Amino acid sequence: MSRLKKLYNWFEMRLQLEEPVKDAILHPVPRSTASWWYVFGSAAMTLLMLQIVTGILLALIYVPSASEAWKTLDQLNHQIYLGWFLRAMHGWGSNFMVAVVLIHMAQVFIFGAYKFPRELTWILGVFLLLMTLGMAFTGQVLRFDQDAYWGLGIGASIASRVPLIGGPLVHLMLGGPIIGGATLSRFFALHVFVIPGSMLLFVALHVWMVLKLGINDWPMPGRIVRRSTYMQEYHELAHKDGVPFVPDAFWKDLFFSGAILAAVAVCAFVFGPYGPGGQPDPTIIQTAPKPDFFFLWIYAVLSYLPPSLETPFVLIVPIIGICLLLALPLVAGEGEKSWHRRPVAVLVLVMVAVSWAVFTHLATFTPWSPVMDAWSGYPLPTKLVHSATPLERQGAVVFQAKQCRNCHSIGGTGGQRGPALDTVATRLTEDQLIRQVIQGGGNMPAYGKNLSPPEVTALVRFLETLKPAGQPAATDASRRQQAQEVAPQP
Amino acid sequence: MSEEKKVTRRSLLMTIGIVFNGIVAAAITVPVISYLLSPIKKRGAYNQWISLGSLSQFPEGQTRLVDFVNPFNRPQDGETARTPCWVRHVSEEKFQVFAINCAHLGCPVRWFPQSELFMCPCHGGVYYADGERASGPPERGLFQYDYKLVSGELHINAGQMPTLANQASLGKGKSPCLG
Repeated sequence: MSRLKKLYNWFEMRLQLEEPVKDAILHPVPRSTASWWYVFGSAAMTLLMLQIVTGILLALIYVPSASEAWKTLDQLNHQIYLGWFLRAMHGWGSNFMVAVVLIHMAQVFIFGAYKFPRELTWILGVFLLLMTLGMAFTGQVLRFDQDAYWGLGIGASIASRVPLIGGPLVHLMLGGPIIGGATLSRFFALHVFVIPGSMLLFVALHVWMVLKLGINDWPMPGRIVRRSTYMQEYHELAHKDGVPFVPDAFWKDLFFSGAILAAVAVCAFVFGPYGPGGQPDPTIIQTAPKPDFFFLWIYAVLSYLPPSLETPFVLIVPIIGICLLLALPLVAGEGEKSWHRRPVAVLVLVMVAVSWAVFTHLATFTPWSPVMDAWSGYPLPTKLVHSATPLERQGAVVFQAKQCRNCHSIGGTGGQRGPALDTVATRLTEDQLIRQVIQGGGNMPAYGKNLSPPEVTALVRFLETLKPAGQPAATDASRRQQAQEVAPQP
Repeated sequence: MSEEKKVTRRSLLMTIGIVFNGIVAAAITVPVISYLLSPIKKRGAYNQWISLGSLSQFPEGQTRLVDFVNPFNRPQDGETARTPCWVRHVSEEKFQVFAINCAHLGCPVRWFPQSELFMCPCHGGVYYADGERASGPPERGLFQYDYKLVSGELHINAGQMPTLANQASLGKGKSPCLG
């Protein structure tokens, strides 16, 4: 034992770490902060460490070359012992990290923890969030499959919309004129060196400030933050009714971090690694690229924006959003911390969460995308054409063959780009149907050039049969009027 | 005040030391900025005429998928050096060569000969046979490559990924593109 002590002393005499470490771990924190609500920050850091370790292990095998990357991912999945598990840990670790960082941010926001004197901690946190999302995006690119290839195409298309410097920006992003080897190399450099390096620096400062300024006290309605008095009040809170950070608060962090790591491992083990999907061969165009979970909401927003709004929205709104987040602690650095007295903050958080969830949900079944194989993959329900006339049946054939089904569903199958047509005959008259088919409009292409008059007649006859039994067909009020005038009813 | 008095021989040497380091750092980093910006080239520098093969592959009145190897490829590009495009043989010597990339966000558009439409699987952009926008979020028609006929072969002027930034104008879709 004394030998161990001697060894310790030998190191301590040279390192002199004991005092600063003791200071850091034993500093008193308000009793109320030893709460399960305060565990997300440390969990995010644990996940960052996990990502670094699993990332290094993957880098032992992975080759960041457009001609090799996919093959090495495939090797990891199928040939190298536990390669699949490390890929799964890294992938699920990324999901958990984005989720935990977002929860951490929401908690800090709703607890008013960004107020004086922790403004800079929040601002660094905003950059850490952006870097976490940057890691998620660049990581998706390193999983160099079809989704990654076309995802880069989407990134380049967005960059090309920047006024004046759009063109050079695209070349800078891609590292050349096309998505290829140079693109993957630079995303590898970003994912492995640039972003993690900055992240470690920012995390160090972020944690340093948490230790120096103390953990945010539990918000109490009526306990107002004022720049002139807060430091004194916090000091009293921490010293009169305080507990040492380790172990009183820290044991909860330890438990939660352990649970998160276990959850990542279980998810990795049960669900396995993400992809890679199809090979990144641009000539295989039978693909519907989709972003990873945390970017699905952007995918949804981009498809709902009207064309004229798209460029300004895509380029300006993110900047406004980031500026708002950065400005928040500077504008609202004082005042109430408690959510009981901050209804606007609660509403903002709820609104953001609900919008995010709705857009993400929509993007899981993409009602705006045509179903590319619906016309050949889904037969019409037999009962629809069972008692149809030959002309109506011919119309049903036209309906299928001309890919109408890709955008319109019947009997619950088909695209959802256009309205479902199960009851179209109750909404549109014959004339309206003909006009709609020939001229299109309301987001439907015009089929006038593509359909012969007999085909239009057959198609419209078929569409006129699409109404529930017992419901009248749509009628044109003016026509009925005319008919009545010509032949007045007795 | 006392600050002026503080300029000693050593503090002056320290200032000179900082300035010296600054000069050396600038001399080293300024050329490196050009290294970082090297992918940016002059307009058209990434473009080259390349052959899509014999005209006999493209029957009149049909639209067909072909692919070409990008002229600016590197060994590590692998299969990503290949680029597909749609060739429409309108009549005799009249062609249209459409980029695969949707004018909205660059996803690969697919041709449906039955309805004579191009459809995009991402956000539902649709184009007519001549590349004009039919519906959906794109704000213009499909990007087109310049083409010429050289001794029975179809040549296009290509080399870079077509985006809104390397197109002459918005809205029409007929403007010849450098893509």
